[in-house]
Amino acid sequence: MPVVFADVPWAVILILLPLAAGMGCFLWPRIARTLASLTIIMIALSVMGLAWQLLESGVYRHTVGGWNAPLGIELYADGLSLFMLAATALVGCGISVYSTAYFKHEDAVRFWPLWLLLLGALNALFLAADIFNLYVTLELMGLAAVVLAALPGNKHALGGAMRYLLAALLGSLAYLLGVALLYHGYGSVDIATLAERVESSPLIWAALGLIAAGLMLKTALFPLHFWLPPAHGNAPAPVSALLSALIVKASFYILLRLWLEIFAPVVDDSIATLLGLLGAAAILWGSVQALRQTRLKLLIAYSTVAQIGYLFLAFPLAIGTGVTAWSAVAYLVLSHALAKSAMFLAAGNLLRFGGHDRIADLDRVVQRLPLTVMAFTLAGVSIMGLPPSGGFIGKWLLLEAALTQGRWDLAAVMILGGMLAAGYIFKVLGHAFTQAPVTHEATVVPASMEWAALLLGLAAILLCFLAVPLLTLLGIGNPFGISELSP
Amino acid sequence: MNNVLFYALVGVGLFSIGLYALIIQAHLLRKILALNVMGSGVFLVLIALAGRSGEAAPDAVPHAMVITGIVVAVSATALALTLMLRLAAATGSAELTEEQ
Repeated sequence: MPVVFADVPWAVILILLPLAAGMGCFLWPRIARTLASLTIIMIALSVMGLAWQLLESGVYRHTVGGWNAPLGIELYADGLSLFMLAATALVGCGISVYSTAYFKHEDAVRFWPLWLLLLGALNALFLAADIFNLYVTLELMGLAAVVLAALPGNKHALGGAMRYLLAALLGSLAYLLGVALLYHGYGSVDIATLAERVESSPLIWAALGLIAAGLMLKTALFPLHFWLPPAHGNAPAPVSALLSALIVKASFYILLRLWLEIFAPVVDDSIATLLGLLGAAAILWGSVQALRQTRLKLLIAYSTVAQIGYLFLAFPLAIGTGVTAWSAVAYLVLSHALAKSAMFLAAGNLLRFGGHDRIADLDRVVQRLPLTVMAFTLAGVSIMGLPPSGGFIGKWLLLEAALTQGRWDLAAVMILGGMLAAGYIFKVLGHAFTQAPVTHEATVVPASMEWAALLLGLAAILLCFLAVPLLTLLGIGNPFGISELSP
Repeated sequence: MNNVLFYALVGVGLFSIGLYALIIQAHLLRKILALNVMGSGVFLVLIALAGRSGEAAPDAVPHAMVITGIVVAVSATALALTLMLRLAAATGSAELTEEQ
């Protein structure tokens, strides 16, 4: 039997199934919820199948339709792709459970097909092996995400979605121009082939500048984060969770992958230093802005701006301690995805319960929605980086990399960012425990919405105890191999 | 300066003009048009650089990329225009203001 399982093309299922099911949901809206739930379960099983396949036989390669690299499309999966796919599947399960209760009637008909198309685009992005395919998947993902963000249809959501769309398209075009230059210079779009052919030249600097600028805009790295808070803060709760947990990570994944394979060996350290500085600025600016917010969802959105900063701190740190810094980043990506989705879902519950998300008027909500507040707290523990949590492991590894290299400045920023995070999370919790001048017109929150948030928060905590097996999975195919060789 | 380089530079020029208009113009229709001009610039660069070998048959791969890119650009423009109309219906203005 195991032999049969090993031959199943799990990676192809991961892309085709959600796309086909998304079309199915458009055609038969009556069964959309059932179809989508079945699809998500199948996706989770397929990720496990792919993990098993990778553990058995190492890196996975698939040539679509039997056409080879120069003309055809290749799929590629190593430990890093698997990590991202697993994060997508986990968060996707939580969001789907939540959405079955959250969306009613008309909204459900619009939500399910778009969410499945988005899932298909995300999976395709994490499995793509060439830079042009990455562009196509990036656009597929961006368009589906913009429509999801515009779902509420009020002027705030529409304005946020419009800003998001303009930023996303600008980012993709800059990326595409970079791809054009790389293809012109080295005659290939295949990442592995490019990695062999690149050499230091003005062309590679121009390509790096365009690609990095485009992807930084899409990842919302400070100071290019202006579009994120309105889009994430005004979308429906499950969509905010998706946007913050997965979408910004997808463009970061592309930047990380191209940096590791193509750019890091041929450019000098100044770009890495610049990315690190922007990351540090993002941590401080995002955290301070989060502290100043009066609406819960905007606070969480600014917290995302800050947490993205941590991911970019790894670029300068990886110069000396490659594997530690990159493992820290992968761990932070996974734990932030779980924690931030739990937080946005919890905020959605509070919004449903009281009809508003003003932090000052939360009014002892802990007595009425204990599970939701617990979910928010568990997620908060991971965001602050307190033990035991996934965020703690990630930040600890990053701090270790900083201290090994004597980068006390970056270490100080990390610790300060953690303290500011504690500040904005306790600000929310404080209001959740105390009486407000205005009392709630309470609405019942379905149990599945509370449990979905709680389980995602718990998963962010549980990551702390799975560090060794997860880091082993991450090492499949040695995705950070190039930086390991550098001194 | 040969033809290939000339067209590639024109493409980069279009990209820059589009970027400038995208930032400067307030009306959303102009912003969407600016993005389309930027897209055309990128496509021109791709097409021009396909003929770099100077031989009779240019490289076909960038052409395939441009076709794909056009499909993406059409869908993105359609979505942007719909969103603009909905926004104009909701706010009475096709411009983004600070409070949104």
